[in-house]
Amino acid sequence: MTTLMGGVAYDPKVVTIWDGFRRWLRGQALDFDYVLYSHYERQVEDLVAGHVHAAWNSPLAWVRSARLAAARGRRVESAVMRDTDQDLTSVVVVRADSPARDVADLAGATVAVGAVDSPQSTLIPLSFLRGEGVRDLAVRRFDVGVGLHGDHIGGERDAARALVAGEVDAACMIDGNHLLFGQEGTLPAGTTRVLAQTPVYDHCTMAIVDTAPPEEAAEFVRLLGTMSYADPEVRPLLDLEGLKQWVPGRMSGFGPLTRAVDEVGFYDASGGVTAAEYAP
Amino acid sequence: MTGERAPLDLGFLSFERGAHLLVARALRGIPIGGRVLVTGGDPALGVHLRAWARQRGHGFTPVPERSATWELVRGPSELQRWQGAERAGGPGVDGIVDRPPARWGLAARGALVEPGGPEPRFDIDRREVVWADLAPRLYAHAAAAQWDPATAVDWAAAPAEPVPADVEAAVVQVMTYLVENEQAALVVPAGLLARVHPHFREVQQLLAVQAADEARHVEVFSRRATLHGGPMGTSSAGGRSSLASLLAEPDFSLASFLLSVLGEGSFLALLGFLEQYAPDPVTARITHLARVDEARHVAFGVAHLEHQSSLDPTLRGALRSAIERRHDALVDTAGLNADVFDALVLLAAGGWTPAAIARGHARVQELQHAMDDGRRQRLARLGFPPDEAAELSALHTRNFM
Repeated sequence: MTTLMGGVAYDPKVVTIWDGFRRWLRGQALDFDYVLYSHYERQVEDLVAGHVHAAWNSPLAWVRSARLAAARGRRVESAVMRDTDQDLTSVVVVRADSPARDVADLAGATVAVGAVDSPQSTLIPLSFLRGEGVRDLAVRRFDVGVGLHGDHIGGERDAARALVAGEVDAACMIDGNHLLFGQEGTLPAGTTRVLAQTPVYDHCTMAIVDTAPPEEAAEFVRLLGTMSYADPEVRPLLDLEGLKQWVPGRMSGFGPLTRAVDEVGFYDASGGVTAAEYAP
Repeated sequence: MTGERAPLDLGFLSFERGAHLLVARALRGIPIGGRVLVTGGDPALGVHLRAWARQRGHGFTPVPERSATWELVRGPSELQRWQGAERAGGPGVDGIVDRPPARWGLAARGALVEPGGPEPRFDIDRREVVWADLAPRLYAHAAAAQWDPATAVDWAAAPAEPVPADVEAAVVQVMTYLVENEQAALVVPAGLLARVHPHFREVQQLLAVQAADEARHVEVFSRRATLHGGPMGTSSAGGRSSLASLLAEPDFSLASFLLSVLGEGSFLALLGFLEQYAPDPVTARITHLARVDEARHVAFGVAHLEHQSSLDPTLRGALRSAIERRHDALVDTAGLNADVFDALVLLAAGGWTPAAIARGHARVQELQHAMDDGRRQRLARLGFPPDEAAELSALHTRNFM
């Protein structure tokens, strides 16, 4: 039986990546294929309905998959992740000359965030600021690639630009993008300051539904784990996908996002989409 | 935490200003699994170190008992990337291999090549086919001998005597013919150049300079043709058929043989003839400059095929077939443009008296003998016996090139 995985086409490179992985997995005698979705919500619904066996999920898609599955008497497993999906942080950045010395100083300020459904630049950092007791925060959202759960970098970059342009008082982004924006000059060196950093959280995970054929699903996960960065055939694909190694999946790193989802009512307890202004 | 940790103090250097260079260098200095203790004063350093280490597969931990201090654990990915890397031969000519693999692609000869990546198709990839020991020296000579058409030629130089209008028209006709031939001589090495494996870089360089030579010839002959404002001459179907048959030869050695040894070899005599009988100093100068360049092209063609025929006894049979094939393909075409032949006679005659025309005609016949002699000598250098060399030379296109 063909092991079928869903992925979201947030960028044309997704075709290169999964075509390459498909060729490699089939070369290892796994009958594997993939389908691409234009956004995560349909992928999650199809996973829980059993139309696909596995889904390469954003963290937000993971949260919904788990809820939707539970509501329907099913179960999903966080089976395998990239080494780069664990222990991420987001940062709240202000201009270097900002009077803010502490997140509490952001009371009444305007903060730029990414897309409405971005875990790293919207949901988690805003939840973090709420948790720190920041009140009366005005949020300026940059809705690029809605439905892609923040995979598209555009919203974060626009938020960073708004900060540099003086349109907002602070901006939120994932640590890796703060590094990137500094190196590429979106955030000119010395012009901004990291005001706060969130606790660590996890990012993408390969969700596998319990209706998937167990042997094939286990073989899929096992084979991903054997991909080696030393293998010149898969190394370019690993580079494109942004990992050195697949590592065992875990569920322990989704707490901050789950909390954020509940605070704003992004999904309800049974996985229904209840977010305001969210139309993927 | 246990074990030794190599200290690295970044001062106030940030990742926006290149801190990753120092971090990567420190990690390269320790074994896989070894630790580096990083300190620094940039306020974003902790954020950036974490993200950078994650992206590169290194471990990252803040050191709780010390401020602005983090521990990195060297991951294996950089070493994994270079596992199985190989040198693409050696940088000098003694590092040339018999058949460089496609996976070396555009890598510099002698470079350490990461496995994987594209395998561009350079189908001319055998040393025995492409290499001549003379290539590096010829390239150096060619690079040193490049001339600038704007300054190497005195375009305003006046002839000793006024050039009659129909002699000028003959010059224009010959120039029109030369441009057409030089365009073929440009396209053929340029096409071969793109097919030669870059491992044989001296051969590519030589072909590139050869193409650049031809580009200059096209320029100076075009400029001379239009120097006095007259219209360009004619281009015959037969002449173009002959040149098209050069473009159609896909084999490196055979293309080089037909173009450089036979075609450009014949042109050496033609350009010498034009220099000798030129009615004006510009024509004499540009045919002289072109002739020096063409002599280099012929030298490479001969050296390359001499080398090859010493290795491959069947080569001469292939060369013979190439001449015969081309002859058969052109047997029903006129060959040399009649206008060109007449123009050569008039140039060598220098006037319209019957005696002058007879003299000019005899000189063109001498030219044809000289071309034939040159071809036979070069064929002999490739190992053809005299009678066979004479027979093959006679089959060469009537279009000269």
